[in-house]
Amino acid sequence: MLDYSTLKFIWWLLVGVLLVGFAIMDGHDMGVGTLLPFVGKDDVERRVVINTVGPHWDGNQVWFITGGGAIFAAWPLVYATAFSGFYWAMLIVLWALFFRPVGFDYRSKINNATWRKTWDWVAFGNLLLGVPFQFDDHLVSTYTGSFWALLNPFALTAGVVSTAMITFHGAIYLMHRTVGDIYRRTQRAMLIFGSLLLLTFSVAGLWLWLGIDGYVISSALDPAALPNPLAKTVVRQPGAWLANYGKYPATITLPVLAYLGALLAMLLAVKGRTLAAFVASSLAIIGIIGTAGVSLFPFIMPSSTDLRSSLTVWDSVSSRLTLSIMLWATVIFMPLIIAYTSWAYKVMSGKVTAAYIRENEHAAY
Amino acid sequence: MISEHLVDLSRLQFAVTALYHFLFVPLTIGMTWILVIMESVYVMTGKTIYKDMTRFWGKLYGINFALGVTTGITLEFQFGTNWAYYSHYVGDVFGAPLAIEGLMAFFLESTFIGLFFFGWNRLSRQQHLLVTILMAVGTNLSALWILIANGWMQNPVGAEFSYVTMRMEMVDFWTVIFNPDAQAKFVHTVSAGYTTGAMFVLSISAWYLLKGRDVEFAKKSFRIAAAFGFASICSVIVLGDESGYTVGEAQQTKLAAMEAMWETEPAPAPFNLIAIPNEAEMKNDFAIEIPWVMGIIGTRSLSKQIPGIKEIKEKNRERIISGMGAVTALDALRKSPDDPLLKKAFDEIKADLGFGLLLKKYVTSFDQVTPEIIEKAVNDTVPRVAPMFWSFRLMVGLGFLMLMIFGFALLFSVKGNFASKRWLLKSALYALPAPWLGCELGWFVAEYGRQPWTIYGVLPTHLSVSTLSVNSLYGSLAGFIGFYTVLLIVEMYLMIKFAKLGPGSLGTGRYANEAGQLAHA
Repeated sequence: MLDYSTLKFIWWLLVGVLLVGFAIMDGHDMGVGTLLPFVGKDDVERRVVINTVGPHWDGNQVWFITGGGAIFAAWPLVYATAFSGFYWAMLIVLWALFFRPVGFDYRSKINNATWRKTWDWVAFGNLLLGVPFQFDDHLVSTYTGSFWALLNPFALTAGVVSTAMITFHGAIYLMHRTVGDIYRRTQRAMLIFGSLLLLTFSVAGLWLWLGIDGYVISSALDPAALPNPLAKTVVRQPGAWLANYGKYPATITLPVLAYLGALLAMLLAVKGRTLAAFVASSLAIIGIIGTAGVSLFPFIMPSSTDLRSSLTVWDSVSSRLTLSIMLWATVIFMPLIIAYTSWAYKVMSGKVTAAYIRENEHAAY
Repeated sequence: MISEHLVDLSRLQFAVTALYHFLFVPLTIGMTWILVIMESVYVMTGKTIYKDMTRFWGKLYGINFALGVTTGITLEFQFGTNWAYYSHYVGDVFGAPLAIEGLMAFFLESTFIGLFFFGWNRLSRQQHLLVTILMAVGTNLSALWILIANGWMQNPVGAEFSYVTMRMEMVDFWTVIFNPDAQAKFVHTVSAGYTTGAMFVLSISAWYLLKGRDVEFAKKSFRIAAAFGFASICSVIVLGDESGYTVGEAQQTKLAAMEAMWETEPAPAPFNLIAIPNEAEMKNDFAIEIPWVMGIIGTRSLSKQIPGIKEIKEKNRERIISGMGAVTALDALRKSPDDPLLKKAFDEIKADLGFGLLLKKYVTSFDQVTPEIIEKAVNDTVPRVAPMFWSFRLMVGLGFLMLMIFGFALLFSVKGNFASKRWLLKSALYALPAPWLGCELGWFVAEYGRQPWTIYGVLPTHLSVSTLSVNSLYGSLAGFIGFYTVLLIVEMYLMIKFAKLGPGSLGTGRYANEAGQLAHA
């Protein structure tokens, strides 16, 4: 068994991997869902758009579910505190999800993917500001903020970054799978959302640097200790959210990757090299989520009302045994998942056209 | 202190969303294997009708599956949103099977369901069959991990309380997996799912036969459902008995309440076939007893006793009093965690910690504890008898009813004259709701019967909730009921529409009702 502090760090990386997996896989089909009303002008065109993701959205959604399960198992305190604290935001995310089977499977036109994704990231934006919660002696958490307080300007900016990110990514996927009018309309949307992404990502970064106080652990902290979030002290400092880039200069590659990936993806997509563009926009997603994670590290969920209650990578985790078992489960199953998902995409590969819909009249969505 | 109103609303919301989720799950679990059987016959014989059967029943399966997945996400969310202290307190043990379920099973099932529907023209016959089998395996593995998690709530083995982290922590993963409660529950639950799938196909096929349409298609489907259903319902009943046996070991309270056994009877105890339980006086006003049967089912012996409710309550009274000491010792130990004497004092009674926590429903500090409060807490430790007693009997009755229907269906399938037995076809049609009702009642017995605990003997339900406002709960409950009603209406509309269209909805030109209908799902 690996030592406890290493396991804790690995699980920080693995939760990141699951979030990236979610954004790349579920992100592209949600992006396609967002674009649906804009790029599909009649019923056949809309069916073409839906059928580019029809066979896959169910599997992709599992990234979301497994991500939730992994946070439950690896960071139970984060799971408990975040889900109950962001009660209404979480319920809105959940209820928006209800529209997908109705919208896709049941052939209706309702689609609220963006709406939901935006909420995920509004929650994330709030993390960087600190969340009003605290623990009592028995670690019962109490959330003291209101739902409307989540809707502050910075959090909404984070929401726009994410919406732009997945819509951009979804547009590239849709270009890869379509031809003709849909392709041309989607290309225009791709350029718009790509530019919006670069702009809002820059705004959020500047804001974080100049306008938002970060959190720093001010007491000695033993990463190998048994997790107890109340055992440390924490202070707020201007610019602290960017401190990790000074401390570990290699992490600067992540924001750089975000910019380069997005620019490269736009360039490749315009040239018609859609598959390569998809890889590039996936790299941009890694860069963006990685930037967010490194900025917060080692914090996961800082508390604005009781600083020492803040949850970090070191003190909100599961036991060493559970982290270790979960690591093995991930190491064994993740490659299998990637393998059969790739096979499923390969089987269903190729352009979806109006002719395809006609041939599969009774099977397609 | 946590308001009881909040706890009740949180429980109600969980009950509503969990029971709703389980309207879709058993059909998914059962249909996957029926699809595997039908498609295997197609691959082996090459007869197109079996491919049509796989595709048509698959279409109905797909309508059901979409809501099963969607409503399942609600349950995962809800542990965090509404049961935050629970999630913290047992996430170390309970979270792991949920996460592994995602990695090992849910990805498999959800990825291959896409290929099941869209891959017919792109895969060879054997490849497509493999896809269907993997989908079925994924579904069943998914049930396994969820029931390992649920089994641990009933019988929390392989874990220990840590006073530093204030939670239960896993000490032996294999014990958690091979928990006898989890294993018995898994087999019982998936068999109930297989029965549900079989009844679904049997009923709708019977309806086609009664209408005299798509006769060949319906006959073949009926036969498969009859055979699969008979095997499944036998397994439900036999392994339900196994489930009763494990309940007897780990959760005597549930058993006593389910059977309205107030007193500890001399072994082997009699079985109350029918009784009118009187909660206030702790006796049955009326009972028809069958001698010996309970003792044999519950202990698998003629000599072991099964404790009655009164005896259980007296034991629990002692544990509650000892548990008060455990909570006090824990608080002292958390203030000076390095004191070996305090640690020793806590370790001696920490097994009763959960029982001490039961008092937190009534008091914030133990100075306020009176004999009346202890009495209340003691009474809380056994769920109300009448709902348990009757739900259990209704479930068992439905099981035997289905055994008869599947028995006759199989008998006349073998004889080859079932299609002319209108009474059989009608019984099969009207029995359609039976498996769903049985499943829901079974979950009620399992979960209501575990009260007042979320984790039996470890964490009271009362303490498990999130500290939300009552108004938030009213709002979310209203939202769930609203959304779920709309989803159910849409789902039922589609299900009935496609069941009425029948195999003609495939657009192959080989079946009834093909003219002018809306074809794609």
